[in-house]
This record gives sequence, structure tokens and C-alpha cells, in this order.
Amino acid sequence: MNTGLAALGALLIGASGLVAACAGNAAPALADRVGAGVLGAGAALAALAALLALAGGSDTLAGGVLALDALSAVFLLPVAVLGAACACYSLAYFPAAAHPREAPRLRAAFGVATAGLIVVLLARHSFVFLAAWEVMAIGGFFAVTAEERQREVREAGFLYLVSTRASALCLLALFALLFAATGGPALSPLAPGRVSPALQSAAFALALVGFGLKAGLMPLHVWLPPAHAAAPTHVSALLSGVLIKSGIYGIVRVVSLLPDAPAWWGESLLVLGVISAILGVALALAQHDLKRLLAYHSIENIGIIALGLGLALLARDAGRLDVALLALGGALLHVVNHALFKGLLFLGAGAVIQQTGTRALDALGGVAKRMPATALCFAVGAVAIVGLPPLNGFVSEWLIYSGLLRTIAAGGGAVWVLAALAAPGLALTGGLALACFAKVVGVVFLGEAREPAAQATREAPAAMLGPMCALALACAAIGLGAFALGAPLGAAAQIALGAPGARPDAPFAALSLLALALVVLAGALGLALRWRLRRSPRPSGPTWDCGYAAPSARMQYSASSFAATLVRAFAFALLPRARPPQLAAVFPAASSFHSHVPDAVLDGLVLPASQRLADLLGRLRVLQRGSVHAYLLYVWIALVALLAVSGASR
Amino acid sequence: MNAADVLLALLAPLLFPPLLLGAITRTKARIAGRRGPPLLQPYFDLARLLRKGVVRSRTTTWVFLAGPVVALASAWLAAFMIPLGARGALIGFPGDLIAFAYLLALGRFFTIAAALDTGSAFEGMGAAREAAFSCLAEPAALFALLVLVKLSGSTSLGSMLGPELPQLWAVGAPSLGLAAVSLFVVLLAENSRIPFDDPTTHLELTMVHEVMVLDHSGPPLALILYGAAVKLFAYGLLLVRLATPFDVGGTALGAAIALVELLGLAVLIGVVESVMARLQLVRIPSLLVGAGLLSAFGVMLLAG
Repeated sequence: MNTGLAALGALLIGASGLVAACAGNAAPALADRVGAGVLGAGAALAALAALLALAGGSDTLAGGVLALDALSAVFLLPVAVLGAACACYSLAYFPAAAHPREAPRLRAAFGVATAGLIVVLLARHSFVFLAAWEVMAIGGFFAVTAEERQREVREAGFLYLVSTRASALCLLALFALLFAATGGPALSPLAPGRVSPALQSAAFALALVGFGLKAGLMPLHVWLPPAHAAAPTHVSALLSGVLIKSGIYGIVRVVSLLPDAPAWWGESLLVLGVISAILGVALALAQHDLKRLLAYHSIENIGIIALGLGLALLARDAGRLDVALLALGGALLHVVNHALFKGLLFLGAGAVIQQTGTRALDALGGVAKRMPATALCFAVGAVAIVGLPPLNGFVSEWLIYSGLLRTIAAGGGAVWVLAALAAPGLALTGGLALACFAKVVGVVFLGEAREPAAQATREAPAAMLGPMCALALACAAIGLGAFALGAPLGAAAQIALGAPGARPDAPFAALSLLALALVVLAGALGLALRWRLRRSPRPSGPTWDCGYAAPSARMQYSASSFAATLVRAFAFALLPRARPPQLAAVFPAASSFHSHVPDAVLDGLVLPASQRLADLLGRLRVLQRGSVHAYLLYVWIALVALLAVSGASR
Repeated sequence: MNAADVLLALLAPLLFPPLLLGAITRTKARIAGRRGPPLLQPYFDLARLLRKGVVRSRTTTWVFLAGPVVALASAWLAAFMIPLGARGALIGFPGDLIAFAYLLALGRFFTIAAALDTGSAFEGMGAAREAAFSCLAEPAALFALLVLVKLSGSTSLGSMLGPELPQLWAVGAPSLGLAAVSLFVVLLAENSRIPFDDPTTHLELTMVHEVMVLDHSGPPLALILYGAAVKLFAYGLLLVRLATPFDVGGTALGAAIALVELLGLAVLIGVVESVMARLQLVRIPSLLVGAGLLSAFGVMLLAG
């Protein structure tokens, strides 16, 4: 029944664009509302199905081709919530009245991609999985390239397309291997010892590359920042919040199918996770573009999730089921949390971009005065993503930390060394993320606008504020309601670990109480301060700038200068390029400073390598003669060769 | 814990912290050959600031006032997690050491945001430095705590620093010694003391923490000063307990000894501030990385 509900939801979501088109182009506002309404209804069904499945109602549909269990439900719930939030947001952000050419197409692509994602989560049949995966990827491509008249968008879309093709090829090979191993297309757990370890490891390696490309694990992340920057903001939110999680889902699901995991699986996931987390946040810190910055933070959070997954695998091997449950529970909760706070942050960023007309951090400032509600929501998202109490990010990071600390306390072996390095690595990530989001909140929302043109004029409309407030409340609810998380997380984690009946052993109630104590204490102090200040006269003046007579908004600390110390500390990995001003003569002429941090993997590795490959393959072009006779000859040669081979093998 | 012990554990982090600042100032004055202000001067200062009015910059928003409030609230909760003496932490659960670190991080986030709220270049500069240095201090502190985690097999501050601490010293004295030295460096950095920062300097360009609060005045400034003292109290209590692991039995007696030791630590900080100059800003990261490596060595010694 639940699977049916979810499938019906997917159907509605996928058809939302079509239904809206039927509502007609004559009434664009009506079409917008119809599309969002149908999508919202489908999302509500899917969310209901996910909640029922988390409460213990897993079942199958169509003879086991589709199924919804707790593991799928953990991934399905944020898809439904964020999908509905983004659809509502797009009513004001990307209305058909303002974008008559792009909006109908984008609406269709958005619905199709979301529906494809839901079917990916439900599929238990490799053909269905692959087909849904392709639908999701292609729908995502058209959503990313909605504004394809801009050159930047076309380039980002091409990069996205190439990496989805590479990912799909790996998955094709992976499912062919699984098909050969099991003799059927059903995605069901293999019996231990039936399939050779080498084949299982090959399958895992293919899954790591294929799904890692989608998830954006470093160094497979190159498509992610440009695509997020180029897409309309509500698409970026969907992409970052839930679409890239399909890669994480794939890895978890494949691991749950393969029974004999050698240590290197967990080790590689853990190491890749730590690298992605630290370098992702360091690259984010160096960005000048608000949306690219948020995109690099997705890489960081995927890294944290991968770290949790890797630790869970290693702990399961070592027989520490309690650690595995904590780490996997943390990773799965972080999947949900990241969808909530990253969706929130992207939606907030979109509101700022719409009002100010720029994504450049060094032009913005002082947005909070004109858009106080947006600023408050964004601040909530920022505190949550840094993993600070009392919000949801703290709970999931705490779970992963607890797994690491228990591993360290138990001691012994390679796991111990990895955990003892991963825990401070996670602390470094946390510190860098704090610096980065203090920078974003401070530079965008506080102070004064650095460019007069980038002044915000009014608060975001209700259709945009509503989804933001809902996501912010969800972040707070998970942080304060941590006590209710044990059962659903346990239900999902035990499927992935193949350990029925287990629950993460964590003091969830204590985390809830701590969050509550913090809110009450800070609230009481804040009220007391307000009461005290109301009684006294409150003269106001300009900011005291240490005696400088005429401070201008341009003199504020900029995003680049805020990050400079840390970027310099990570120069070995970030390779920053700066053009400092040249002061030559006694009276130097006007000069400027310019700095830029390229993506080392994209500019230094992928682009030169693909150029080389293109040159190499260009030599094969002699075969392309353009005459049918030559092609017939090739076909004939191929046939003869095949006959010879099959004759020889017989 | 009985009611009196709870009351003690509740009141000590509320009432005691400003005394530490007084002790540091007094020590520095004595070493410089002056008589110095009374020990209770920080209390008088706080009372004076609380009675004063507030001048607010037109640039600021609610974040400007949220900074001091959140910093104080989170510092209090963090201080409640460290036991006074061998027993008697008010808040304790498995894994609370992560909560300790992240509570202090929450205070830092809001302090930085409040500084950026003024739009002043100087405060932005201080905020950037605070963010950068704490990135390096955090792994150092975590490595130091990992030594305790490994030795005690526990993940709760209350039991890590509990009555069994002397046995841990018997097993892993070199590691714990390295961790204590590293924590002392982190304490100086996180509480903006010399050689990382000079709380009494008058040149904004060289300041870290003090420059972030230039625009605060009156009650909000009182909250900031008080919050900083509570943070020093929390870190100090952790370090004092780690360095002097003995257990005297009674909760109240243990707490009294811990508070006296804290005053000793304040004197030690005063001596350090008197005999050292502030480091050049560009050299601070290497000192923090050095502290991190020290405690990392401590962890490595336990690998066998």
C-alpha cells in the first residue's frame, strides 16, 4: 500500500508539468499554480508513504519490482519535502509570466527529474533502476539548462551531461555484473559466499565511481559547482538537497546487497569522505560567488556522509555493531538534514539574488535590514549547516563523532588510526565551515551594501518566504525533537547493515534537553537584555571606526579579505591566484586587486586530460570517410571477425 | 549529588569567573611593581556597565545584541559540563565532549556575526582572525581530548575527568602531559591572552578579540566580558582537573580545591602575560599547529 502511495505520488509529480501545460499558456499564473498544486499533492502522498514506511510499514508492489522500506523512506522523505518547497518557491521566483519561454519547460523538467528520483529510490529491479536513473539525469539536465541562452549555463549543462553519462556507463557495468552474479535483474541481497570476493569488490568499485560521480565525492565533483551556479536557484536547491543524495543512496543500497565487505571498502569511503569534507569547505571559503560557495559546501557535506558510511562498514567488519549503527544513523540523518538546511540556504540565496540582482559576495551587504525574515531563515540554515546546537546538523554530526570516539576508545588496528585522524579532520571541517558561514551571513546580510546597486529593496514575497520558514522550522524540530529519532534511524540502518532489530545506542533525549536548555537560557537572557535596554535611552550613531572621519561602505572587510588567512593556509591545495596592485612610481596610478581560486581538479586535471583524449581519438577520424561503401566494408569486416571468433571458441 | 552539591555546581560557574580576571590583572600589576586594582574590580566593572546606557550603531541589526547573549548562554552550558573537582558535573552524557566544543563554537559564530554586523573594517579584521585561529585551535583541542578518550574508554567529560583520572596518569603520563601542555596553549589562544592576543592593547590593528567588541557598550558589553570570563573558567577547570588528577573524596572539598587551583592558574596566566610579548600575527598559526602536533603525538603514543 505504501509503495503504491509513493508510486502514485511519483506519477503525479512527473505529470505536473504536463497538467500545467494543459491548463494553458493563455493563463500563465494559473498554469503555475496548477503545476505546483499537482506536484504538491504528489509530494504529500510520497511524504505520507515515507512516514508510514519509517513507522514500520514496508511493502512491495508489482511483484517486487518496486518496494519501499525504511532505507528508501529516509531518502524519500526529504525529496517530498524539498520538492514541494521548491515548487511553491518557483511560483514567485520563476513565474511563467516573467519567463514565458523557459518556465513551462522548466516546470516539466523539474517534475520529471523529481519523479525519476523517487522511482530510483523505489526500484528493486535493475532495469527499472537504470531507466529511472536516466530519466532523473536527463530531467535534471533540462532543469539545469533552463536559461540556456547564457553561455555559462550551456557550458555547465554540458559538463553535467558528460558526468551523468560517465556515471551511467559505470552503473550499466555494475548492474551487468550483478545480473551475471545473481542470474536475474532483481536487486536482492546476495547469499554470503556465493559470489567471489573479487567480483564483489569490482561491483563496489564501479558503484563508488558511478554513484560517487552523482554524489560529487572529491575528485569526482567537477560538474557540481558550475551546475549549481548556473541552474535557477530552486533547481540548485533540489539538485544539492536531494538529487546528489541519489549517489549516496546507490552506494548504501549496493553495499546492503553485497554480503562480504573487505576492509578497503570502508577505508576508501572514509578517506574519500575526509578529503571531500576538508577540501570542499576550503574551496567554499575561497569562493566569491554565493551559489558556487553553497555548491562546494554540498561536497563537504557529502564528504561527512561518506565518512559516516565508511566508518559504519569498518565497524561492522570489526564486529562493533553499536559503532556501525551510530555512524550509519548519523550519515542517514545527515542526508535528511542536509536536504533541509541546504535547501533553505539556496532558497534564501535565491531571494537575495532576486532582490539585489547579483551573486557576487563582494558587492552585497546589509540585506538583513530590508529582508529581515529572509535573513533570519538564512541564519538558521547557517547555524544548522555548521553543525551547531540546538539545530539538526548538530545531532547528525554528533552521531558520527560518537561513532569515531567509541572506535578510538576501544582501540586497536587500522580502524583506530583512521578514526583518530578522522575525528580532528571533522573538527577542522567544522571550524572552517564556521568561518565560511560567519563570512556569508556577515558579508551578505550584515553591514552595509558594498555596491550601491546591490541594495536590497524589499522583503521576499510570501510564496518564497513560506517554504523557507517551513524548512527552518523543520531544522529546529529535528534539533529539539532528537529524542524521537532512535527508532526510524535504527529501522533504516539495520537494512543497510543486515542486522535486524538493532537500534543506535545514543542519548537522544539528552541532546534534546541540551538544545532546549540552550534555547531557554539564551531566550531568557535575550528577554532580560531587551527589558533592560527598553528602560534606558538608546542614542544611535554611525559605527565608531576608530577615529576615521569618513568611513565608506567600500571600506568594510570583504568576503575575500575575511577568507584570506585561511586560503593562504590551504594554498598547497587550493592554488589561489592573485594579482596584487603594482605600486611603482612616487605617485602610483589607480590600481586594483584581483584574486581567484580555480577548481584544481577541473582546470588542472579533467580539462587537459579530456583535451588530450580528444586529440588522440581525433586520429580515428580517418575511418569516417562519409561514403556508404566504406561503412558497408566495416560491417562486413566486423561480421567476418565475429564469425571467426565464435568459430574458434567452439 | 545532593541538593547542596547541585547548588554549588550551579553557582560556581555563575559567580566565580570574574574573579579569575581580577587575579590575572592583580598578578600582572604586582610583577610590574604596581599595587593594581582590587581583586573584585571585574565585579564592580560589570555592575557599572549594567547600569549604563547603550549607544548603538545605525548599521546594526538584532544580530548585534544576539552575539553577547548567545555567547554567554553557550559558555554557561559548556561550563556546566566540566566537573568541579573529581565529581559533580551538572550536565553529563556519553559524547558530551563534542557538545562542549560545539557550544563554544556556537558562541564564537555569534560573536563573529555581531562584529561583522557593525560594518567596521577593524571589527571585520578581528572577526577574520578569530575565525582563522579557532580553526587551528579546534583540532588541537580535540586531539588532546582524544588522549583522554583512549585512556579512559569513555566519551563523557564527567567520567573522563572523574575519580579514575590518577590511574590514567599511571598508564599514560607522557600522553596526558602532552595533552595538558597543548590544552594550555589552546586555552591562551581561545581566551585571547598573550602571546596570542593582548586584552589591554590600545592599537586596534593588532587586536583579535578586543577589536571585535569595539562598538558594544553598556549591558551588552557587560555580557561579553562576563561570557569571556565564563569561557576562561570552563577551559581552566578542564585543564586544572587534567593536570592535578587527585581525588579528595568529598564533593564540596574537591570543588573548593578546584577553585583554589583555578586561581593558581590565573596567576600562572598573569605570569605568562608579564614575561612574554605578544606574537607577530603571522606566527600565531604555527604555534597553534605546533600545539596540535604535540597532542597528536600524545595520541600516537597510545596507538600501540
